[in-house]
Order: sequence, then C-alpha cells, then structure tokens
Amino acid sequence: MASSTNISPDAEIPLALMRDLYTGMYRIRQCEDQLNTVFSKNLFPGYIHSYLGQEACAVGVCAALRQDDCIVSTHRGRGHYLAKGMALKAMMAEMFGKATGIGGGRGGEMHAADPANGILGGNGIVGGGIPYAAGAAYSAVLDGVDRVTVAFFGDGASNQGAFHETMNIAAAWKLPLLFVCENNLYAEMTPFKDTVNEADIARRAVGYGIPGVLVDGNDVLAVLAAARTAVARARAGDGPTLLELKTYRTGGHFQGDPCKYRTREEEALWQSRDPLPQFRAVALQRGAFDAAELAALEATLAAEITEAIDFSLASPDPEPASALDHVYAL
Amino acid sequence: MTIRTYCWAIVDAMREEMERDKNVFLIGEDVAAAGGAFGASRGLHKAFGALRVRDTPISEEVIVGLAVGAAMTGKRPVVEIMFMDFFGLCLDQIANQAAKMHYLYNGAFPMPMVIRTSVAVEMGIGPHHSQMLESWVGHVPGLKVVMPTTPRDAKGLLKAAIRDNNPVIFIEHLALHRMKEEIDEDEDRVIPLGKADIKRVGRDVTVVATGLMVQKSLDAGAELAKEGIEIEVIDPRTISPLDMDTIAASVRKTNRALVVTSAHKPFGFGSEVAAEIMDRAFYDLDVPVRRLTPPFTPQPFGKGFEQFLHPDATRIAANVREMLA
Repeated sequence: MASSTNISPDAEIPLALMRDLYTGMYRIRQCEDQLNTVFSKNLFPGYIHSYLGQEACAVGVCAALRQDDCIVSTHRGRGHYLAKGMALKAMMAEMFGKATGIGGGRGGEMHAADPANGILGGNGIVGGGIPYAAGAAYSAVLDGVDRVTVAFFGDGASNQGAFHETMNIAAAWKLPLLFVCENNLYAEMTPFKDTVNEADIARRAVGYGIPGVLVDGNDVLAVLAAARTAVARARAGDGPTLLELKTYRTGGHFQGDPCKYRTREEEALWQSRDPLPQFRAVALQRGAFDAAELAALEATLAAEITEAIDFSLASPDPEPASALDHVYAL
Repeated sequence: MTIRTYCWAIVDAMREEMERDKNVFLIGEDVAAAGGAFGASRGLHKAFGALRVRDTPISEEVIVGLAVGAAMTGKRPVVEIMFMDFFGLCLDQIANQAAKMHYLYNGAFPMPMVIRTSVAVEMGIGPHHSQMLESWVGHVPGLKVVMPTTPRDAKGLLKAAIRDNNPVIFIEHLALHRMKEEIDEDEDRVIPLGKADIKRVGRDVTVVATGLMVQKSLDAGAELAKEGIEIEVIDPRTISPLDMDTIAASVRKTNRALVVTSAHKPFGFGSEVAAEIMDRAFYDLDVPVRRLTPPFTPQPFGKGFEQFLHPDATRIAANVREMLA
C-alpha cells in the first residue's frame, strides 16, 4: 500500500549535508534560470526542457546514492546530471552542442552521460531509459556487488508499456532498482489527471508487489529520507521501490511553451510551494549557514553557472566530419 | 570432427563463449530449464546456473533493455527474442537505445550485446512468425546484422557476435535447425562479421542469396551445371556490414547478378545489393541486375501458399537462363 511522508524526518541531518543539499538545489536553479535567459536572447540552439521547480527531486535522490550507483535520466535531465556529479562545464557545453561538451556535442540538450559518475544517459524517448536501467541493475546482481540503479522518469512515462514491463521484471527478480517518478502533473502538454484514472502513480506498485511511496517532491529532506529507505532495501537484495515525487514543472514542457493548458492560479499555488525558499528557511533556521554565508554561497554558485555558460558560448562547434566517428565500437 | 546440427552449433557457441568469459550471460523467454523454445540453449541452465541463464517474462521491450543496460555496465549479454516478428515490441530499445548509445555518447559505452532471434519462413506457421525483417535493422546505423545458413557458419559467426563490441542482431532460420555439418569440436573457429562466403564458384552468373535461398541456389546451380551453366553463389552471411567487395569482384568476373531473398523486394536487401552493384560494377554488367523475391504480401498460413510465394530452385534456374539468353 502506498504510504505518505508529509513530514521531514530530518532531525539527524548534519548541517554539512544540509549545506550540500541547498548547494545542489541552488546550482540547478541558477543553471535553469540562466539558461532561460540565454534562450530568450536566441543564443541557445534547440529546445530547453527546464528542470525548474523539480530541484528537490534530483538532489534528494542523488544524495542517497554513492558515486558508483547508476542513474538513467530523461529529456529533462540537467538536474539529474548535476546532482549526480557531472562536471558543470562539460555538461553545459554539451547542452549547447559544443565540441567541449561531455559527449563532444553529439547528444545536445536531451543526452549526456558520464560513466565515471554512473550517469547512463538521458533520452529523447519518453520512458526509453526505464528498461535499460533494469539491465544496469541486473549487471550488479551478476557481479555480486551492492550497486543500485535509479530510473528517473515522469508521470508521462508511467503510461508507457516500458514502465510496466520493467516494474514487473524488477519486482520478480528483486532487482536493486529505484523507480523514481517525478510527477510534475503534465505529460508534455496534457494534464496527468486527464489521462489516468487514479490520483497516485505510487499505488501502481501494489499491482507489482513492491512498495510504492508518495513523497512531497518539493521537500528535499522528505525525498532524501524516502530515497535512503529505498536504496537500503535495494542494496540488501530486497528489490525495487517505486517513489512518486509530487512536484510541479514551473515552466512549460519546453521553454517558450505558453502553457495554455493550465491556469495562472495553479501556477501561483505551486509557486508558493517552491522547494528552494522552503528549504532555505529550514537550513537558515537550523544554522546550516547564516545570511551572509548564504549570500556568498549563492553568489559563488551563480558565478559558476555564468562562467560555464560563457565557456560554452565561447567553445568551438564540433568538427563536422567527426559526425562519422563512433558509429561502431572497435 | 563431429557432426553437429545448426541448432546444436548455436548451443555450442554459447557454451564455449560462456566458459571463456564470465561476463557472457543469456536471458529470454523459455531459455532456462526448458532449454529454449527451439532447443537452442539446451544444457546451458544446468551448466551455468540460474543467474547466467534466466527465463524472462514475455516482455520483449525489457528483455532487450536488460541487454542494453548490462552492456553499458560491463557485461556481454545474449538475449533471445523468440521470433523476429516480435521486434515490433522492442524496436525502441534496439534502434533508439542500443544502436545509438556508443555514438551518442562519443564512444563512452561499448555495446557488446547479441540479440538472437528466429525466423520460421517456409515453416507454415503464418503471418506473425514468418517475416524476414532484416531490412528493419539493416537500415539502422550502429547495428550489425548476421544471418548464418550452415552449422559451421552459425557457430563461428555467433562466437564473433558475442565477442563484438556492438549490438549484433543474429537471425536464425528454424527451417535450417536440423541441417547437419562436420565441425571440429576442438577448434575455436571465429568467423569475422562482414565477410561473405562464396558457397559455389562459377563463371556465368553471380547469385547473391541469403537464408534459405542459399541452399535453393546451390540446388539450382547443380541443375544448371548439367546444361553447362556455372553460377557463383555468394552467401553474404552478414547483412550489415555488407561485404560488397566480394560481391562486386564476383560480378566483375561473371558480368551478371541475381539477388535471391525470402524478404520482400521494396526497400529490401535485394534492392540494396542491386544499387551497390550499380555503383561499383555498372560497366561490367551485360544485363540488368535482377531481384527474385516473394510478392509483396503478408505470409498466409494455408498449405501451398508459401510454395507459391517463395522463390525455389526452379525459378532461380529459370531466371539465370533468361539472363544468359
């Protein structure tokens, strides 16, 4: 049965970890805010699928992981990449499709990977990463290691067959896998409630015989606590967990989306639940930093993002003929 | 030397590669205790245990997904998709994920995985078990596509496929499963992918044949030899990458080319070979390249339909004679 974690069981969160969590969230916030500005100046190639508003999801889950744990991301992946440790400049330059990007500019805004940090790519196919996350999890079983894998996906992907096939086999084989559904209420431009006859995706876990947990996805401490429980279960060989992180996509499906399918009132309601100010208040109150330290931290993070964007804009485009490389591995 | 069937040659190749490399494993529907829907994994479950030879749910998309993720994290998976007709259920993992992973991430992930699959063309089991879909996968950069026609080729090519660092689609013909051939059991014979085999040497017409059409072409060749016509039969063995060097060299010698397949003509393998011959040997041709294929229909079930639709030795021989007339 789905359970709920409405309070943050955070009494034992060390202050250093609180600073790390805030740092991770603010880095993503700056990244997305500044990229939107770049986009509005027509300096960004292609689309932007903004992670604004969902920062607590990526940061809370990845804080429960080790470097060797794996994640599989989506088309909306920058939050995951940064939270799991991908180098900022190489990540950013990849978004711009530049030669200095982590994938040499071949992937672009929807695709980046970093095997050293367990980041197994983004995806242009909604739900396309979920099945192969199971493969990374099975690989750990075969090797007898306690590495876990996280499949990040959205409410839209939860209606793909790939999700259901993978849930079933992961449960049957007790794979060390976390299904992390960031339910931001919109499958691209269609409201979740118009396509699913059930309020909570977490309840689908019941049908596969695994725990399904409802979490306030805008509360980073709640996300961290739920992820830690699920990771411990997976590492112990007890199988997968479905976490449904209730959150909200502050922007549209893509930057420039006029969001005609939702109301300004709804947007304002969720703005009042923005994960950053919420957690900033908690961290300040607990003494993770004082106001001056916070201001200095935010200024440093903002400058790092600006520097990464400047680096990306100044980076060379890929050598066109390199398009012929790597079709096949040797 | 020992006599092995096509099916046992496949079992042998997997067993030898699993002994050689602990990263090789096999999953799929009915592959474990049952020994494979067609017997192509007999004994492996007992030999290698429940983790390395494992039955899956009937969930083709996640079966291939398991291979993709395992390959990305250091394993060398072999997965069985019972019939190639089921590729419609897992084509995203094949064409969007497996095929592009190495390319998209700038070489960060080698993708050593094999998808073994079967076709039952000319076995009389209807439209969802008989399709020749090599063009579906041959059209996707990043994939390799192999179609063996003899036990020795099946064993040597499967060993090469398992050792390859790319996703390989390995197409097995159920109609050939009981075909027998002498194989040296002690020999670690690996047949390189992308290398055609000249199954019959001749001077008059080059016949490029795949799958079941190889034996039919050899039968036609024996018949034509009685009339003094010597055809050269080339089995590409690997659909992609295609060994056009061997094919073009043969056409330059014979000046005539006929491509025979169980696959359809439009957008098919025969069209690809014909176009490549035009590029490489147009001025050596005495007559236009011909393609002999079944008509453009689904595969109906009833007795007699397949015989009507598919090329046979008589029709191959008739085409050869016309090309020489």
